[in-house]
Amino acid sequence: MEHYVSLLVRSIFIDNIALSMFLGMCTFIAVSKKINAAIGLGIAVIVVQTITVPVNYLLMNYLLADGALAWAGLPDVNLSFLVYLCFIGVIAALVQILEMVLDKYVPALYSALGVFLPLITVNCAILGGSLLMAERGYGFTESVVYGIGSGTSWALAIAVLAGIREKLKYSDIPEGLQGLGIVFITVGLISLGFMSFGGIDL
Amino acid sequence: MSKTKDILLEPIASNNPIALQILGICSALAVTTSMKVAFVMCLALTIVSAFSNLFVSLIRHHIPNSIRIIVQMTIIASLVIMVDQVLKAVAYDISKQLSVFVGLIITNCIVMGRCEAFAMKNSPLPSFYDGIGNGLGYSVILMLLAFIRELFGAGKIWGIQVFPVSTEGGWYVANGMMLMPPSAFFLIGLFIWALRVWKTEQVEKPDFKITANSRKSEVA
Repeated sequence: MEHYVSLLVRSIFIDNIALSMFLGMCTFIAVSKKINAAIGLGIAVIVVQTITVPVNYLLMNYLLADGALAWAGLPDVNLSFLVYLCFIGVIAALVQILEMVLDKYVPALYSALGVFLPLITVNCAILGGSLLMAERGYGFTESVVYGIGSGTSWALAIAVLAGIREKLKYSDIPEGLQGLGIVFITVGLISLGFMSFGGIDL
Repeated sequence: MSKTKDILLEPIASNNPIALQILGICSALAVTTSMKVAFVMCLALTIVSAFSNLFVSLIRHHIPNSIRIIVQMTIIASLVIMVDQVLKAVAYDISKQLSVFVGLIITNCIVMGRCEAFAMKNSPLPSFYDGIGNGLGYSVILMLLAFIRELFGAGKIWGIQVFPVSTEGGWYVANGMMLMPPSAFFLIGLFIWALRVWKTEQVEKPDFKITANSRKSEVA
């Protein structure tokens, strides 16, 4: 149990997927102008990440990895070169299904997420989470925990940045640094702040 | 001919994919701690971007509009798989250092964005050049970042020791901060600033203007 709590804390704060792995940066910068939109997207990422990482784990370990097809009587087949294609397919399909399910059963949340849901398909935080899970060789429970943790870390980071950017509107920024430039510097400072979690070891 | 040149060179300074279009930032930050790794990444991205543009443009009249994203995604993913397999065979060490970021070219917005914005509307050859051009624009920033970070962070250029580091008896105290994530953000921020001082038309309008007499210098 302790191991999983440690993994959760580590994936949220220390290995923050946006601030120290640089994943999902494009949407991170583009959608952090308004705090409501940022939180909506953050929640969507948590949901999708929590589902896709374990699903991709199952897909990889029972279909794609070296010798994974042994249960079907094909122990010599190695399909691991198809990992990218399958992962992105799973992500696209899951996002589509989630969209339809939400539209039918939870229309309030569906309209709140709006355009952000389809955008998640091309968010590299999602694909990156799955690929990191594969690279680090997590087990099934670990991959569930990692999915929750990395999703939460991204949501946390984008909410923090959106909050700062809303205040930033009123400040007097040198020309040329306005807009994108100052956002990068701000993200750098947040990332510096998050590095102070580095010493925590559970 | 001049049009080809425009398509090739425009993304480098005046319409840079990273600094102006905010595309493909993830990998720009993550792989720039050493020049060698960054160079391989640039090469991979330029190849994928050029060829995906070419193939998407070749079949653009046959792609039904409603499934175009999936078609583009499949083309890009197949190209990335090829690049990844070649890298693993030729330069295994570097492919290990790049870790997940080769795979993440699939979701790199430069590739997808150029397919969608340029290749779907233009004939194959200009699209191919556009892919190379945007790959170059991305490469320029990546190599610049990698140069600064490697030089000041480890005292090396392209893996060769330039400044003798103090841990090995030299005079240069390596700035470990340069190898950490935050420095990448700062450097890109400053780089954008420099670019916009040079090309002033890229400066973004502020959302709010501070009213005339709220500054101390203007009140007095």
